[in-house]
Amino acid sequence: MSHPWKLIALAGLIALPAIAQETTPAMVAAAEKEGKVVWYASVDVKVAEAVKKAFQEQYPKIEVEVERTGSERVLQRINQEYGSNIHNVDAVNSSDASHFLFWKQQKWLAAHTPPDVQKFDAQYKDPDGFYATWRASLSCMAYNTNLVKESEAPKGYKDLLDPKWKGKLTKAHPGYSGTALTGTYALVKVLGWDYLEQLAKQNVQQLQSTTATPKSIASGERAVMVDGNEYNMFIEIAAKSPVKIIYAVEGTPFIASPLAIFAQAPHPNAARVFANFLYTPKIQQLLVDIGGQRSAHPGVKEPADRTPLSKIKLLPDDPAGMMPQVADIKKRYTAIFGN
Amino acid sequence: MVLLLAALVLLPLYWLGLTSVSDDAKNLTLAHYRHFLDDPSFIKPFVTTLWTSAAVGIACVLVAAPMAWLVARTDLPLKRTIRVLILASFVTPPFLGAFAWVLLGGPNAGLINQWYYALFGLKPFEAQPLVNIFSAWGMVFVMALYTFPYVFTFIANSLDLIPSELEEASAILGAPPWRAALTVTLPLVLPALLAGFLVAFLQSMTLFGVPAILALPAGIDVMTTKIWSLFQFPPQLGLAAAASLPLLAITVLLLRAQAAIMGRRGYSIIGGKAGGVRLLRLGPWVVPAMALFAIVLLCSIFLPYGVLLRTAFVKNWSAPMAGNLSLEHWRFVFFEFSQTKLALANTFILGITAATAGTILATAVGYLSLRKLVWGHRAIGFLATAPVAIPGIVLAVGLFLSYTRPPLVLYGTLWIIFLAYVTKELPVGYQQVAASLKAVHPELEDASRIFGATRLRALWDITTPLIRNGVIATWLFIFIGSVRELSATILLFTARTKTISVAMFDLRESNDWGPIAVLSITMLAITFVVITIIYTFTDRKPA
Repeated sequence: MSHPWKLIALAGLIALPAIAQETTPAMVAAAEKEGKVVWYASVDVKVAEAVKKAFQEQYPKIEVEVERTGSERVLQRINQEYGSNIHNVDAVNSSDASHFLFWKQQKWLAAHTPPDVQKFDAQYKDPDGFYATWRASLSCMAYNTNLVKESEAPKGYKDLLDPKWKGKLTKAHPGYSGTALTGTYALVKVLGWDYLEQLAKQNVQQLQSTTATPKSIASGERAVMVDGNEYNMFIEIAAKSPVKIIYAVEGTPFIASPLAIFAQAPHPNAARVFANFLYTPKIQQLLVDIGGQRSAHPGVKEPADRTPLSKIKLLPDDPAGMMPQVADIKKRYTAIFGN
Repeated sequence: MVLLLAALVLLPLYWLGLTSVSDDAKNLTLAHYRHFLDDPSFIKPFVTTLWTSAAVGIACVLVAAPMAWLVARTDLPLKRTIRVLILASFVTPPFLGAFAWVLLGGPNAGLINQWYYALFGLKPFEAQPLVNIFSAWGMVFVMALYTFPYVFTFIANSLDLIPSELEEASAILGAPPWRAALTVTLPLVLPALLAGFLVAFLQSMTLFGVPAILALPAGIDVMTTKIWSLFQFPPQLGLAAAASLPLLAITVLLLRAQAAIMGRRGYSIIGGKAGGVRLLRLGPWVVPAMALFAIVLLCSIFLPYGVLLRTAFVKNWSAPMAGNLSLEHWRFVFFEFSQTKLALANTFILGITAATAGTILATAVGYLSLRKLVWGHRAIGFLATAPVAIPGIVLAVGLFLSYTRPPLVLYGTLWIIFLAYVTKELPVGYQQVAASLKAVHPELEDASRIFGATRLRALWDITTPLIRNGVIATWLFIFIGSVRELSATILLFTARTKTISVAMFDLRESNDWGPIAVLSITMLAITFVVITIIYTFTDRKPA
């Protein structure tokens, strides 16, 4: 602080009116004046639009623009836009928790703790208040019950190397999907790259999104799903599709999917109203009930027909450990399975 | 005018070339090219691109040549309907065809394979599927379905210009019709066949949507998908530029080859339209002839449109229709899906502005260069045709490099996509306008000037009414070309500047086929409405 101008700059920062954390009538008024919130999200497009609808029922004057794409695409778009000085995004949700570490390092995020997040366990929120787990799911295996008998269904990842599964498997891509990336990192830790190299010889249908693979087995295009969103499976099961989830004996990757607000958000108030709303028990319950998600909110009840997390062998996510390896994982994976 | 065109066309190429030989510190280097040559993950897509494009070219010629001959030379019934349907294949965006063929030819759930399994009592997975669209050959098949109309038009036009007297002479000398076709007609249209092959080759080489939809799930890359993947974060711009230039080089070479073939003067017989063409009677051969058209049009139009309609109105696309009917996808697309409104608006804004600007530019360029009115009129004509040699995705790489840096940062706005569309469509527009202008002899203008009219007055009173139809057709071509554009847009869009084609591509990545079908039908409806309006206004009958 030897230079006086630095002090002045600092004073300027402090003097900025801090935006409240709670949704106040003044904040809502300011948000309505901004008129909209731009939300980049990796959650399934129909779930995203359901959330938007619920928000607009409560705040009809604030439009929500949903930009849904795979987590890694979300990262690519935001980084490309910020690299070109385009500040379009207000709030972001991605299933690759390491993105939030990166954006935090870049100082792109706004510190904002929605009131409900204060009730979350420490493992589900950033200690500095930049992001918190908005939703969570598992990257599970599954099969089509018309095409595979229950007795013959695979029990775990290693079973998939059996020649009888050749041409019957579908898999998502870690270059596109944060869930697939987090899952690949967890899986490689347990089974090694050898496993994936052998799996690639099974003539796997390579899709992009972990929201796509459940739809592939539901339509009968493939019989067994190597990785896909547990929540899409719940949605398919609710729609009476002939599918069943497998929690692999080796363990099932746990995928935390945080939400954050950008410091340079073009609609800062609307972003905060939106973020606060997204963590309320109402939306968290909606995510669980119709979105098939797991919630970190202590006030949310899980439907009785879903296996509770405590009964599933989980492979925990480790965003900090994964972050330095992301580029390498994508590259190795692409070399094995293609783009 | 020269400067404007040069900025439009040469600036992206300049940055493309420069970036391909620069490292991060802006030093000259050949590292990107060395990487390209050393890395099998580049060579393989390159080879795939070459052989699949060649296969598409051959397939198109094999299918389109007999079709064109039948339409031009025989008493085939329903010719008008057939021409309209081929026009419909022509305006169907290839990536829509690819979407539809996923639903038809997915190896296990695809409807064709479902029928096949049901018909022969087979079980999916146990038996080999009848078609597996997720393969290199599946990609070739779909590309050919939407590329053959180019070749058809080429050959049909060429046949129209060859008088049938020669064939008749051969008939008088006792040769059967098939022999006349093989020994007389075939050699005469050979240049058109070759040119058609090259056009088909170029078309398929530059497609992005079809390989991304059909080949990527099978782990197969082509150059366009490879370049696109280099744009994923962190973008490897140097490599992308180095990977783009071979495509550019191939296009330039092939176009030169095509020009050489078409420009050969050896066939002096081709010139001016001949008198009446005697049509060959098909007799019982009408059955196989019609079968050929039926099969091709079934694959390019009826089956795809049918499956898109079906998918748009059922809950689960692979299940039987009974009890499955639903308007859910329509409700979702038009009342819930956030991107519909924005993407539709963007698509229309871009389509209308690019078509208008492109038509004005093409008309100005055409007039100035053909009437040799300004300095550099040759350069103008050349620059206006040059983008034909720039594949869409390569142009996009160049535009991205040019307009993400000062002084003009256009990335993130509709302007950069607008520039891409105008540049990409300029050659088509220019050729359209030039063709109509060539038909108007300058004498007509001179006559008006002798009577004291200014050049502008002559232009307005004499030339404008005469080329009106050509200009309107140009607008139509550019509009349709812009509305369906995917391969350049895919690198240039941002969340705010998304188009319908990109929104559909995003939905594909999560297998949301219902909404895709709804948007496909919407896009086709827009296209056909525009075509009908234009034909009504200009009183042009479908070719």
